Amino acid sequence: MAVPQKDYAEIFEAVKAILERFDKVPECIREEMEIVNDLGLDSLRVMELVQEVEDAYDISFTLNELAEIRTVRDFVLRIQKEIEA
Amino acid sequence: MGLFDKLAFVAQARQALDEMGIDPFNVEIEEILSPTEARIAGRKVLLAGTNNYLGLTFDPRCIEAACQATRSEGTGTTGSRTANGTFAGHRALERELAEFFGCAKAIVFSTGFVANLGVISTLTGPGDTLIIDGDSHASIYDGCRMGGADILRFRHNDTVDLEKRLRRLGDRAKNTLIIVEGIYSMLGDRAPLAKIVSLKKRYGFWLLVDEAHSLGVLGQNGRGLGEECGCMDDVDFIIGTFSKSLGAIGGFCVSNHPELDLVRYASRSYLFTASPSPATIASVRRALQVLAAGANLRERLWANAHRLYEGLSELGYRLGPEPTPVVAVYMGSKEETLACWKELLENGIYVNLVWPPAAPKGESLLRCSVSAAHTEEQIERIVSLFGDLAANVGLRHAPA
Repeated sequence: MAVPQKDYAEIFEAVKAILERFDKVPECIREEMEIVNDLGLDSLRVMELVQEVEDAYDISFTLNELAEIRTVRDFVLRIQKEIEA
Repeated sequence: MGLFDKLAFVAQARQALDEMGIDPFNVEIEEILSPTEARIAGRKVLLAGTNNYLGLTFDPRCIEAACQATRSEGTGTTGSRTANGTFAGHRALERELAEFFGCAKAIVFSTGFVANLGVISTLTGPGDTLIIDGDSHASIYDGCRMGGADILRFRHNDTVDLEKRLRRLGDRAKNTLIIVEGIYSMLGDRAPLAKIVSLKKRYGFWLLVDEAHSLGVLGQNGRGLGEECGCMDDVDFIIGTFSKSLGAIGGFCVSNHPELDLVRYASRSYLFTASPSPATIASVRRALQVLAAGANLRERLWANAHRLYEGLSELGYRLGPEPTPVVAVYMGSKEETLACWKELLENGIYVNLVWPPAAPKGESLLRCSVSAAHTEEQIERIVSLFGDLAANVGLRHAPA
């Protein structure tokens, strides 16, 4: 899938910046990392992350969509899709 | 193991509880003595976590109605509402509920959980949108998921966040179903219903209020938060339960939309489960009469609620946001909260232990619920034991 690199990179950096504010998240966040298994976010902290991103981009994610997101890359792509919709 | 592998974390957690000698999530009431007393682990215990808000479980009028119904109609209906499980009593209770709420239609379900599953999953489906409060009960989440609609959630009781989500939906907002609760089961706080209704007037959405913990508790006639806020006419659907203020088991939905009746023919949790027993229906009908007859029980309930909330507050405990019959006490970590729960039980008080994610924001709680049947002395005893607790357990979150 062709990804507009600039937008993707910007969103990735923004998500990374939000994640870095969470306790116990590894210092080096890579896009292939799984949000729950690798970054150690439990369900409540995942919702905090989602709400911060929703406010930052003025978008809403359905719980149905969130169930399909596993990695940081999945999340960034989903944000990008929502912004472009 | 195979299928059970996914429950390994439960086994691990349970082992730790077993080592403590009691599993707080699997307590046996060895003998129930009254609405406020029981025997647990061999000792007499004061019950302060039962949702028995009006204390009607031992009301002689309700018991007699249940006994009579069992003698005359048998122990069960052995069928669903759709088949052979609608007796005259089920229909009568629906008429009485509709009259009590001043609504056109009522449907009785087998439990409150099943009422949420059945109504929400039937009213909404793929292509529809739901917005629910983040602290909604599991039955609301499950009902939403079962229907297959898009589910959005807003921050608990945050109408600014709700409005953002409505605005983002654009034209879809007017066909969206918003779900809130009269009193939230864990923190005991009310939904900001008046503000939500003013948003409804602007965005035109549908509104469902789950009055499970507020029926018999809020409003001049005990109809719940909708009545208290003077906005019954703005609420499209009210869902409730018979298992709290009405002292039995079962659930219902009332509405002024005549089409509610169609839900009977399309709701799987109505179609394919056995209906409430004659004893249940008879005791609920009697309890509803007691509830409707006057405010005495409600006044006692509120006096007890204020007494407990203020007593614990004066001790320095951090509590849920407002005094209601559900009083949430923050006790620190999971381990500290568990130790306090055990200490209270050993001293003769049963409350609910609530761990995350059942408790909001990752915190642990001791959840108390008061009853109209509690005496002043019983409430004072609860407060007094919470006072002793701080010293005995040496908590950093409790008062010194």
